[in-house]
Amino acid sequence: MILGLDFPPVSQLTTWKVLFGGTGLFGWTRVTVQIVLSVAIILTFFFIAGRRKALVPSGTQNIAESAVDFIQDGIILQSMGEEGLNWTPFMLTLFSFILVLNLWEVLPAFQMPVTAHIAIPAELAILVWVLFNAVGIKSQGFLTYFKNMAFPPGVPWPLYILVTPIEVVSTLFVRPLSLAVRLFANMLAGHLLLASFAVLSAAMFTANAIYLRPFGILPFGLLIALTGFEVLVAFLQAFIFTILAAVYIGLAMHPEH
Amino acid sequence: MLVLAAQQAGELATGLKTVGAGIVYGGAAIGPGIGIGLVVASAIEAMARQPEASGPVRTTMFLGIAFTEALALFGFVLAFLLKG
Repeated sequence: MILGLDFPPVSQLTTWKVLFGGTGLFGWTRVTVQIVLSVAIILTFFFIAGRRKALVPSGTQNIAESAVDFIQDGIILQSMGEEGLNWTPFMLTLFSFILVLNLWEVLPAFQMPVTAHIAIPAELAILVWVLFNAVGIKSQGFLTYFKNMAFPPGVPWPLYILVTPIEVVSTLFVRPLSLAVRLFANMLAGHLLLASFAVLSAAMFTANAIYLRPFGILPFGLLIALTGFEVLVAFLQAFIFTILAAVYIGLAMHPEH
Repeated sequence: MLVLAAQQAGELATGLKTVGAGIVYGGAAIGPGIGIGLVVASAIEAMARQPEASGPVRTTMFLGIAFTEALALFGFVLAFLLKG
């Protein structure tokens, strides 16, 4: 082989060494430390932003207020309407949590998106699933909610044989599954891409064949471009998760006729 | 022919699994590729016909891209799960 590229197995990117706490359920890896740091960062940011309560915001309060405006105008008003404005704290927390967890991908010392482990997206998807079922049951009554979900009104009754299984499976199973897998797969794919190009650049820069070494600048340039792209993907995936959660809860509040 | 190729590489099971992983992602990438092209094409035409609606059209375009791209990424993740 010309390059002698020795790509490490995929498990090296997804299994982390336990730092302390034993190898059981309560072991702490570096990823766990990243989760705790994310929560601390978000809490600190919003505490500092809300401390002075000036009428004309400036500095940190300005950023926090523009984030709240973005959630309200871009996500809640478009999917849940006016009465969804009570959901602003939940949507803002969801959005900022996923955004900070995704952004660990591009930070030089860590470079591991926490959402590349299936645990966090699965837990958030289950949370959204429980929420939209609970909102539907609470606002429409237990039996009416399931009747409206399984037998959508306005469909001629012979088509129910075809439509009902599709509707039930798609609402009860496909929605949380696709929410979790979309976030997880996007972040894992980005992580694998960055790792592949980093290994390729390193191998080319230290190749035994001297004439290959200057060409290492090509995968290195693409690595820089891909890192910028990963920031966009992190923001986009957090936005998509939040707006889908808002759409599902809005659909459960007032079902479309 | 696939069996022959995998057999010559040495181990039948891992060879077939790797070939399968390649087929999984290759097949999964066709549909979303065409789908995302259609979504963005409609979005561009809408933005050209009515430039003042660019904001909501752009938001809806990103939503459509995320939905269709999810299917391609299911295939990508399955390919890596198959490869072991």
